[in-house]
Amino acid sequence: MAPATATLVESKESGSLILTATGEWLVATAADLDRRLRGIEAPEGRRVLLDLTGIDRLDTAGAWLLLRTEHDLAARGNTVEMRNLRPNFEPLIDQVRAAGFVPPARHPRPAHHTIVGFIARIGEISLGLVARTYSILGFFGVVCSTALQVARHPGRLSVTAIVAQMEQTGVNALPIVALLTFLIGIVIAYQGADYLRFYGLENYTIQLTGASILRELGVLLTAIILAGRSGSAFTAQIGTMRVNEEIDAMQTIGLDPIAVLVLPRLFGLVLTLPMLTLCANFMGIFGGGLTAWSQLGIGIPQFLSQLSTIAPWSFWIGLIKSPFFAVVIALIGCYEGFQVAGSAESVGRLTTLSVVEAIFLVIVIDAGFSIFFSALQI
Amino acid sequence: MPNQSDEPIIRVRGLINRFGSETVHDGLDLEVFRGEVLGVVGASGSGKSVLLRTIIGLNRPASGRVEVLGHDILAIGDTDQREIEKHWGVLFQDGALFSSLTVAENIEVPLREYYDMPLRLMDEIAAFKIGIVGLPEGTGEKYPSQLSGGMRKRSGLARALALDPEIVFLDEPTAGLDPIAAGDFDILIRDLTGSLGLTVFMVTHDLDTLFSICDRVAVLVDKKIRAGSLEQMLNDDHPWIQSYFHGPRGRAALRSEAEHLHEQKIELPAPR
Repeated sequence: MAPATATLVESKESGSLILTATGEWLVATAADLDRRLRGIEAPEGRRVLLDLTGIDRLDTAGAWLLLRTEHDLAARGNTVEMRNLRPNFEPLIDQVRAAGFVPPARHPRPAHHTIVGFIARIGEISLGLVARTYSILGFFGVVCSTALQVARHPGRLSVTAIVAQMEQTGVNALPIVALLTFLIGIVIAYQGADYLRFYGLENYTIQLTGASILRELGVLLTAIILAGRSGSAFTAQIGTMRVNEEIDAMQTIGLDPIAVLVLPRLFGLVLTLPMLTLCANFMGIFGGGLTAWSQLGIGIPQFLSQLSTIAPWSFWIGLIKSPFFAVVIALIGCYEGFQVAGSAESVGRLTTLSVVEAIFLVIVIDAGFSIFFSALQI
Repeated sequence: MPNQSDEPIIRVRGLINRFGSETVHDGLDLEVFRGEVLGVVGASGSGKSVLLRTIIGLNRPASGRVEVLGHDILAIGDTDQREIEKHWGVLFQDGALFSSLTVAENIEVPLREYYDMPLRLMDEIAAFKIGIVGLPEGTGEKYPSQLSGGMRKRSGLARALALDPEIVFLDEPTAGLDPIAAGDFDILIRDLTGSLGLTVFMVTHDLDTLFSICDRVAVLVDKKIRAGSLEQMLNDDHPWIQSYFHGPRGRAALRSEAEHLHEQKIELPAPR
């Protein structure tokens, strides 16, 4: 395809200005023509002729440039006349003329790029946070009251659904939870042994690894993995159902979406998270023990006797926290799923949000527990 | 219609499309001529959209040959591919507007991609395209999520027309619109093809669209295309085509079009 060419010649003749347009007035040549048209010094109160004889090809962009020129010249008090346009281009010119002179749309600039906008945005986000907390607590209330209703009629709760959720959130997550906590156990034992050796206390490596895994890391890692794995899945599943109007369909049939969708996920996660935590604790201590054996030569009898010096409360503290974490993860995951409205785009956005919120809340609650237990001195 | 000629602008030969063990197209042949409005109809699941996607290169067929503007789409290089993409515009079913951009910015995307234009000119072009497709002033600043279905389709059409293409592909342009909006959209497409000299390849379910704006009809039956003028297709004795055009909906659409033409003193052949 030959490069498109277009020209514009300016000439004067007995008091009137003649603009002669030739060649191809197409979208491909529009940028160049636009530059040249803007370069013309516009006269005032004159007669201007647009001679279009030489135009071989014309498209809407070219037609727009001609009409814009005509319009601009007329606005400066000139008498403008277009002449010698080929008849087959007339419908095109008419079509563009009929579209009228729509002012170009402004490009939206985010409001928070100004100082006032920035402050307003901080306020907006803060108020949004309050409204959000209120709304999540409301959702928690609805879930609790539904759970109580279901408790009076246990037949309404589908055991199959709970077991299916336990499989998805528990059994399927087992390999990743086991592997990660095993590795973390190894890491802590390695790092701990190094520092403890500095003080000559390397024999306490088992206590260090055991206590940190049992009290904090086992349950925290498991909760974070499940927030990323299952919390996001809850939001995406329920969100997709909302986009497909499945939730609406459910309500018209007389099914309660909270009882059908939320409770199995909630109960499933409350049951599986402690079990996964047990497994995580075991694998973490196993990894730590393996390191202690290979690095410090601590054998099985010594390992067991050192492990038994850790207070039994450490084990229970970790385990007690797990159902609370499970409730938070399931609740946030389902809540954000129900927040999906309209487009599929919001599913993605809310899924991200649900993971961030769940992990944040898990850590906040964990901090709360730490203060609580230290006040109890255990 | 002006500029109509016997020169095929799209030529499909021996097209075979398979999904798993399911054969959708089996030796399909089709020609689209410059300047015509071709309506592609067929039962749900007969592969109309697959045919469209194959022609624009989004779907690779099992075998066959697809030529658009003289280029073999299946063996095209990147440079030619870009060149040819300047010459066609596609309107997807729900507009497929980029949701993070305003309508005006959506229309500017192809301009930005292919031409080095000053922003002001792009804004002007986007603004008059919005006018051409009949959207009200101020639509350009809105986001796709703020528009109704009909407005999204018009915006999608404006984006498809951004580069003044020779061919426009429309995937069910009137589906999901109310009858008045659908009728308006038909008129818009007819006006634009007339004045801009477009060739239109349109997948549709809408009998009114078919009767009011299509020059030729291609029916997808038995995994192949049967194409011809509306008159020829009305007289085709394939059972599916018969029941399509002479079912209650087909008869109603035909009757209203016949009345319309009668007002204009044009005779339409009587259906059998």
